[in-house]
Amino acid sequence: MTPSTISHQETLIESSQKFNAPRLIDRIFFWLTVALAVSVGLILLWITWSLLSIAFPAIAEFNIGFLFSQVWNPVEDAYGALPQIYGTIVSSIVALLFAIPLGVGVAVFLSENFLPRKILTPIAFVIELLAAIPSVVYGMWGIFVFIPFILPGLQAIYGTFGWLPFFSTQPSTRQLFATALVLAIMILPTIIAISRDSLVSTPPELRQGAYGLGATRWETLTRVLVPSALSGIIGSIMLALGRALGETMAAAMLIGNSNRVSASLFAPASTISALIANQFGEASGLQRSALFYEALILMIMTLLVNMLAEVIVNRFQQVE
Amino acid sequence: MSSSNQTDQINSNVYDIAPGEFDQGMTQGRKMFGNVMTGLVLSCVAIAVLPLASILFMLLSNGLVRLFQDFPSVFTELPPPPLVDGGGFRNAITGTLLTCLLGALISVPFGVLTAIYTVEFGQGNKLSQFVRFCTNVLSGVPSIIAGLFAYGIVVLAMGTFSAIAGGVALSVLMMPIIIRTTEEGLKSIPREVRQGLVGIGATNFQGVSSVILPASLPFVATGVTLALARAAGETAPLLFTALFNQYDSRGLREPIATLSVLIYNYAIAPYKNQNELAWAAALIVVLLILAISILARSLTSKKIY
Repeated sequence: MTPSTISHQETLIESSQKFNAPRLIDRIFFWLTVALAVSVGLILLWITWSLLSIAFPAIAEFNIGFLFSQVWNPVEDAYGALPQIYGTIVSSIVALLFAIPLGVGVAVFLSENFLPRKILTPIAFVIELLAAIPSVVYGMWGIFVFIPFILPGLQAIYGTFGWLPFFSTQPSTRQLFATALVLAIMILPTIIAISRDSLVSTPPELRQGAYGLGATRWETLTRVLVPSALSGIIGSIMLALGRALGETMAAAMLIGNSNRVSASLFAPASTISALIANQFGEASGLQRSALFYEALILMIMTLLVNMLAEVIVNRFQQVE
Repeated sequence: MSSSNQTDQINSNVYDIAPGEFDQGMTQGRKMFGNVMTGLVLSCVAIAVLPLASILFMLLSNGLVRLFQDFPSVFTELPPPPLVDGGGFRNAITGTLLTCLLGALISVPFGVLTAIYTVEFGQGNKLSQFVRFCTNVLSGVPSIIAGLFAYGIVVLAMGTFSAIAGGVALSVLMMPIIIRTTEEGLKSIPREVRQGLVGIGATNFQGVSSVILPASLPFVATGVTLALARAAGETAPLLFTALFNQYDSRGLREPIATLSVLIYNYAIAPYKNQNELAWAAALIVVLLILAISILARSLTSKKIY
């Protein structure tokens, strides 16, 4: 062989060896990212499984009857989740009743040009701030400011509408209704942000068409834009519901932790997360297991709501 | 001239409507509808902004007083027992920083690499769609469940409440935020850059590690700061993981005080001094979160491409 071919072969060998290491690193890197990506799904499974495994003694002991029992008695080791399930669902629904009209209203305001951008941007920023305030601060604000502030109003409602079952007890300083109002404030930013996005991303042709037919701004909004953004708005409501169901600190501080189902919204109540926050510290054995059982119920509830929200929001993104 | 006048008259009478009759009769109601709705929406905004104004006012009026009264001691002393005056929360400040840092140490590499898979390698295949779905579902998991999860896998295994358990609980909540913002950053890199990388024969790892990831660093930093802002205020996941500590914690394997748990404990306590400290701590937490969020905003504006 001539020297030139040898050197050529050498460089070939050299280069193939040189390129082997990056190839290997590349393969390792690829599979590392795959493994971590897959483990996001595994973490969800792991969370569910770890709840399930600690909850198992309680599941074996109380079975499905746990969902319908009103007892919570650590002395006799008898537990039931009905008051908490009821409180969790009712407080979230009452919160939604207030947060939906408010949130959609604000979203419409922010998506339209009622005010110049210079004023709208700070308002949007201020509302985003609502989401940044920790829930424990909402809880403290509820204790020291909000409940003392609204209690006289609730007294008046009790005075006039006391014959209705929802308002049939003397408003207590810790109660379900006030908790639901604080929850409503806390979930507002979720509804506003996503509803506004879906309103803003409606095709401009819709608005132009409606204006061209002689519709006013509000006719366009109520009959064209809001209906076309509806799936995004519903998705935002589901996400907000998920957040309200799982909200812990505000509920634990404000709802009063009473293990009774009461028709009156002005009575103390309990939620799953509030019960866990309050009792977990001293719990052991079957009581701890029962608390994990409750957590499992909450996990399933929020998973269902969030998956539904995910499907709805995805559909809206595809239409877009 | 006269003919054009005639056509005008004919045209205006085609529908047998007197000029102005149509819009007067109809628009009155329609205008009112519009005005009423605008009024409603404006009052919605007022109602939404009111609680925030009240919270900020109470934080400033209650928290600032306490911070100014015992200026350095709030930051340098330990939390007071019941019925004792004064005191501060130095251990809670370091605890909050430490647990958030631990959470970031776990969730940042995890989140960034996951995002690299879904955007760079997966590119919308079934697995990356599934991962995105799981990320969104994970971000909806209640924070107290993250706490119970960390209790189950760390506290029970180690036999003690610890800063590590707190960090694990927080990392579950931080991960979805980091994955999402990193994905956005990776997607913001123009196609030409990737084509160029293929053109010069770079492997995926070389391309990602030396060009694509550095270029999307502002987004990653935004995700990390947003996740830190969320973690700094979380209480529920720390209640049964980091627990609380009246004193300075001496290691990662010990219970540790955090600002948020201190606020919870002292807000529901019946002692005035502890309530005041809770307001001061709340002010510190909110200011911390605000500062972090503003930092996050300024980071995103530094786009490279």
